[in-house]
Amino acid sequence: MRTMNNEQLTIDNGQLKRKLNINIIHYPLSIINLIFTGFFILLFLVNSVPVNAQVPDRTKPPALGPTPSLKVNALQKFTLSNGLQVVVYEKKEVPIIQLNLVVKAGSVNESSDKLGLAGMTANMMDEGAAGKTSLELSDEIDYLGADVGANGGLHNSSVTLRSTVSKFDAALKLFSDILLHPDFPASELERLKKQYVTSLFQGFDQPRVIAAAATSSLVYGKEHQYGRTSAGNEKTITSFTVEDLKNFHSMYYRPNNSFLVVVGDVDAKEIVAKLETALGGWQKGDSKPAVIAKPKQVDGRTIYLIDKPEAAQSVIRVCRVGVDRMSQDYFPILVMNTILGGSFTSRLNSNLREKNGYAYGANSGFSMRPLPGPFMAASDVQTDKTDKALQEFMNELNGISKPISDEELIKAKNYIALGYPDNFSSVGSIAYQIGEMIDYGLPENYFNEYIGKVMAVKKDDVRRVAKKYIDTDDLAIIIVGDKAKVEKGLKETKIGKIVNLVPTDVLGPMPKL
Amino acid sequence: MRKQFFILFIIAGIVSSQTVRINVPYEQFTLKNGLNVILHVDKTTPTVSVNEWFHVGSGYEKKGRTGFAHLFEHIMFEGSKNVPEGKFDEWLEAAGGSNNGSTNVDRTNYFEDIPSNALELSLFLDSDRMGYLLDDMTQGKLDGQRDVVKNERRQSYENRPYGYAFLMIFESLYPQSHPYSWPTIGSMADLSAASLDDVKEFFRTYYAPNNASLSIAGDIDAPKTKAMVEKWFNEVPMGKPVPQQDRTVAVLHEEKRMTIEDRVQLPRLYMAWHSPASLTPGDAELDLLASVLAGGKNSRLYKKLVYDMQIAQDVSAFQSSAKLGSQFIIISTARAGHTLAEIEQVIQEELNLIKSQVPAVRELERARNQYEASFIERLESVNGKADMLNNYYYLTGNPDYFNEDLARYYAVDPQDISTIATRYLKDDARAVLSFVPKGKVELAAKNSQVVSTEGK
Repeated sequence: MRTMNNEQLTIDNGQLKRKLNINIIHYPLSIINLIFTGFFILLFLVNSVPVNAQVPDRTKPPALGPTPSLKVNALQKFTLSNGLQVVVYEKKEVPIIQLNLVVKAGSVNESSDKLGLAGMTANMMDEGAAGKTSLELSDEIDYLGADVGANGGLHNSSVTLRSTVSKFDAALKLFSDILLHPDFPASELERLKKQYVTSLFQGFDQPRVIAAAATSSLVYGKEHQYGRTSAGNEKTITSFTVEDLKNFHSMYYRPNNSFLVVVGDVDAKEIVAKLETALGGWQKGDSKPAVIAKPKQVDGRTIYLIDKPEAAQSVIRVCRVGVDRMSQDYFPILVMNTILGGSFTSRLNSNLREKNGYAYGANSGFSMRPLPGPFMAASDVQTDKTDKALQEFMNELNGISKPISDEELIKAKNYIALGYPDNFSSVGSIAYQIGEMIDYGLPENYFNEYIGKVMAVKKDDVRRVAKKYIDTDDLAIIIVGDKAKVEKGLKETKIGKIVNLVPTDVLGPMPKL
Repeated sequence: MRKQFFILFIIAGIVSSQTVRINVPYEQFTLKNGLNVILHVDKTTPTVSVNEWFHVGSGYEKKGRTGFAHLFEHIMFEGSKNVPEGKFDEWLEAAGGSNNGSTNVDRTNYFEDIPSNALELSLFLDSDRMGYLLDDMTQGKLDGQRDVVKNERRQSYENRPYGYAFLMIFESLYPQSHPYSWPTIGSMADLSAASLDDVKEFFRTYYAPNNASLSIAGDIDAPKTKAMVEKWFNEVPMGKPVPQQDRTVAVLHEEKRMTIEDRVQLPRLYMAWHSPASLTPGDAELDLLASVLAGGKNSRLYKKLVYDMQIAQDVSAFQSSAKLGSQFIIISTARAGHTLAEIEQVIQEELNLIKSQVPAVRELERARNQYEASFIERLESVNGKADMLNNYYYLTGNPDYFNEDLARYYAVDPQDISTIATRYLKDDARAVLSFVPKGKVELAAKNSQVVSTEGK
């Protein structure tokens, strides 16, 4: 591949593994026409040659045609008799239906002696339900060619279904069994515990896994919910009992603590009637929300060097506490990060990859959550360029607070706004965006105003949020690499004091297998 | 262009098996310079995917000059005569588009996903690099992307656990003279040695319109798009006929067994066989066999190794289809305290069983239904459809091969699965690789010779 996908903004709401950058809109993109005409005259000059002329003019890039309008269907909202909120989006081009049931509980709701419980509860839901065994459920789901599964995230858990229209009724029955009547068989729990602990063990092989664990714990501290590893550790995982899983499920998997997004080839009224039958028996309950302390910013600049002897590359993660999803600065941050490290032509990628060739790619992103998640600038760089690469990271992170050019600003805004219709190409991406909207209680007109808000961002806004959120005095710099080869050079950069660590410092003791 | 609705599902058959009928209407034409063009209209969203295949992959390279096709996958974005360096990406991003490419043994694809009003920009960029790349090719560009590719190699192979596995598998299955024997990304030595002249010569040989195919899918007007393609691509000169690829069929007459020590915690077993080429008889059967063996909890190997005995952490099996011949591969990681000898023994027993006893109808249908669902899923995006149209055109000459492709899977019966396993998954013609933690060769499969990855 020429490039790995850049992730710009990550929204951690645990409903889907897929991550998207931008959101949907409900009206034709006429506003872009107005705003963009000026720009394209500037940059491209208007090409007056008609489309069917036979002689191409290569002296300048051809002008863009009129901005196409995007037709987006209305969101249809329903409430089942048990209080479950259902949002339906009809998309009939391909006979596929996607259901995302989002439960508002995840690893932030775990007590510290039961880390990993949200994930284990979710993963155990299809290991036996409504009297069917794990193998029977799996056989039926696979036979339908459907995807039915559950996943535990940081703030949310999810149960999802994806199937063709012709198999949907049968798949919905299985989805309902798994969601409402998981059996949590003890033998399956013992099996999954061994599998989990083995995965923890394998994490020691992977520099990126080590770096991810370090990012959480060194930015937030191991006591904070954002600093703990949601995978749990050997001690907590081996302590899980069937009771623990049942309690977590009965406490949080409730219709009044969840919502359901339906996207695909459906008729809204028909699907809601089916859902009422399939899920109507699900009872309300009282779920305790998690109490999460406001994260503290990292103090000073520290290089945490985690030794990985013989590594061919150093995994660099430059981190600090970022911003929450509800921030008024969301759009300026989106544009600022696109310029810094959120697209292929961003400054970080242009510098580390195109200009210097130190890496295959470099990017940055804000992980936005109900409370401020981490900001991270990232690259895997060749070992002998680790110090030089870190210098370039610092140059770019400092540079983004200086005035930017018109051209850079317009390119970034257009990239976000004009690329926006692509988010409507699949039922999965539409379901994700609707989920985010509901999860964060974004206003009804949020999608309508999205493009306008992107286009309204000014150079001063970018500079202001860069100064506010990319303050390079306070950074946790995580480097997983070959200490013997990189420490001396890093010291000479004088970028920060060096703290030497080994993988067990961040992953915990190596499991005894 | 035929009727403009993009997938029609017709339920045929009355018994247990429904078959899906897929309709992807398209228009196809060839320019005077030999460029094949495929257009498909899908107005679901106002986006277009421009997908360009050059019929060259690492399988066209020469020994000592490996990694060129992939290196070009990078260089092709670095500008051409009328597109200054850096502007390919900048102009596309300013129009809301994104792009990427990928290379394998048989072909390289390049694609831009763009709002539909940026189609002409995309055609300008693609035609300029097809026609005028060398006018602006410099040593600096070559050196820059060579460094990037070396870092891609470090990231994807050297700094990744078990990262050398596929390199070693291909080297074991194919003789040194065979173009599938080397990795697509090339060797570090060949990348370092590539000269500007070598690279220019490679471009002149393979990157001509008569060795390419352009597939455009999405929110387009077909006649206008055709006119636009003609406008931008007609002037690109035709190249010389592309030299015939050496199509010797590789045969393995022995079982190769080797052990590689790696910086990993757990040992992992790789078993690999030669198998029938993409879309040829046996290819679909092996796809389904892979699923019967390792697709889902009830599959034979997963159930035995991971679920029941719990001596493995994971197991997977797949048919990796390619034009000159495919590979069938089984991979399994042992749990701590277990050896690859134990894992291999179980896999061997299951292989013997599937060869001697016909699988149940439900087992096969489960595999087929999963395959069918994943096939339909690929048709959800215009990007996926554009790429499949080009793939079918390249392999069969017919872009609309969707139903013929699926029909192969509908035609398989349980006996075919046993027959195909017997014919291709032979005990005396395969590569068996043990990856073990450093210093723990006792965890390897039996009779396995330790080899080094030094200099690979």
